[in-house]
Amino acid sequence: MNRFRPLPSPLDTPTGTRASRGLGIVVLLGLALLTLLGLFFTDEDVVQGSTVRLMYIHVPTAWVAYLAFIVTAITSAMYMWGKQHSLTFDRIAGASAEVGVIFMGLCLVTGSLWGRITWGTYWQWDPRLTTTAFLFVTYVGYLAVRDLGGSHQQRAKRSGVVALLAVLEIPLVHFSVVLWRSLHQEASVLQPNGDVSMDGLMLFSLLFGVVVFTSLFAWMVLHRQRVLTLADAIDDGGLEAALQERRNEAN
Amino acid sequence: MTQNSISTMSIARAIATKDLRIEWRSKVLVNQVLPFAGIVMVLFAFALDNDGILQRVAPGLVWLAVLFSSLIIVQRTFAIESADNALDAIKVAGVSSAGVFLGKSVALAVQLLLFECVLVMLSLVLYQVQLSWGGAVLLVTVSVLANVGIATMGALYGGLGAAAKGRETLLPLLLLPAVAPVLIAATRATESAFGVSGATLGEGWPWVALLAVFGALFGFGGTLAFGVLTEE
Repeated sequence: MNRFRPLPSPLDTPTGTRASRGLGIVVLLGLALLTLLGLFFTDEDVVQGSTVRLMYIHVPTAWVAYLAFIVTAITSAMYMWGKQHSLTFDRIAGASAEVGVIFMGLCLVTGSLWGRITWGTYWQWDPRLTTTAFLFVTYVGYLAVRDLGGSHQQRAKRSGVVALLAVLEIPLVHFSVVLWRSLHQEASVLQPNGDVSMDGLMLFSLLFGVVVFTSLFAWMVLHRQRVLTLADAIDDGGLEAALQERRNEAN
Repeated sequence: MTQNSISTMSIARAIATKDLRIEWRSKVLVNQVLPFAGIVMVLFAFALDNDGILQRVAPGLVWLAVLFSSLIIVQRTFAIESADNALDAIKVAGVSSAGVFLGKSVALAVQLLLFECVLVMLSLVLYQVQLSWGGAVLLVTVSVLANVGIATMGALYGGLGAAAKGRETLLPLLLLPAVAPVLIAATRATESAFGVSGATLGEGWPWVALLAVFGALFGFGGTLAFGVLTEE
């Protein structure tokens, strides 16, 4: 006879709501339109040719990656200094970092592909690229810290501290790489290339991509945060069930 | 005796003295880790196999060897504590975590300084770099400040790994990206001290400022954060 309270199942508790489904549909439509804009409606660049189409993905992924890490830092600070030490902030921080790592990976890959075609090399030791790579590794470390085990509060405190330390680290990494390159290499190949004179539809597509990817980020974080809440609930429920089992054995 | 009756500095001194005494008696550092660092320096020479290149990259090789060795030293420093749950005992005794952090950092910095002395001397012999008196002053300043940065970050993330028992493998992933600014600054300053890659002595001193900022920032941040990171 099963005397225990059944554990919550993700199937019984979907992470979608009417609002989030609506957002999801808008994001899907936006991505479809962005694909059409990027691949068919916009013209080739005079200098870069079709390579410029990578920008419609690369720039939004870079923006979302940095946004994600800013969200992680802010929500970690809200957890650490909030009176309630609400785990919701911790879960948003974790979800945002996970999504941020994915987007930063995509940003590095699309950037490398663009660099291979445009510069003739997959990688340049440019301050922006180097800082991005360090940010990627730092947040992979952050996710590993979240996975260390222990109580939810312990996870939240540890990862909160690591996220805030990363906020201190990244400007120092960037500054030191900027100094390093400025002293030891001629001006980098990655210079602002006058994108302000971009064609109207191209500029629109780029900004549209940023809006669509930001919405996608919001949708992903929303759902991931809800999944993390359910995972924590299962953890707590599992502990309760185990305690109840021991009590029953004692009786 | 209450916690308030022992100052943070006294605790730091006691922890640092204890750690250094353990190392002095066990000789693990001198007998095992230091030879490892020496072998790394020799292997670099095998890998690069060119006197000109070796001279040019000698500063980077010295600091890479220091960083690799620091991973072992940090892990050993906290293995001593986690072996008998000593870290838990210290916490239960109500000892200030800031004091433990500072003590661990000082002990690590002293051990790293010993490494740097040996590795710099090895580079003078193996890689045939030159060191002037002015360069030596710059190098000592850089070594002391770089050690503060590496030691504080090492103590911070080493403590985190020790608290999450059996997860010491996380240390390189957390520590190496974090101390990248130290590697860059110390390497460039050491280039100036050695006078390689066309670097002049004056170019080395601005990097000292970066090292000082790094050390101060993470010394302060670590003092606040260590207690939270090592919490059970």
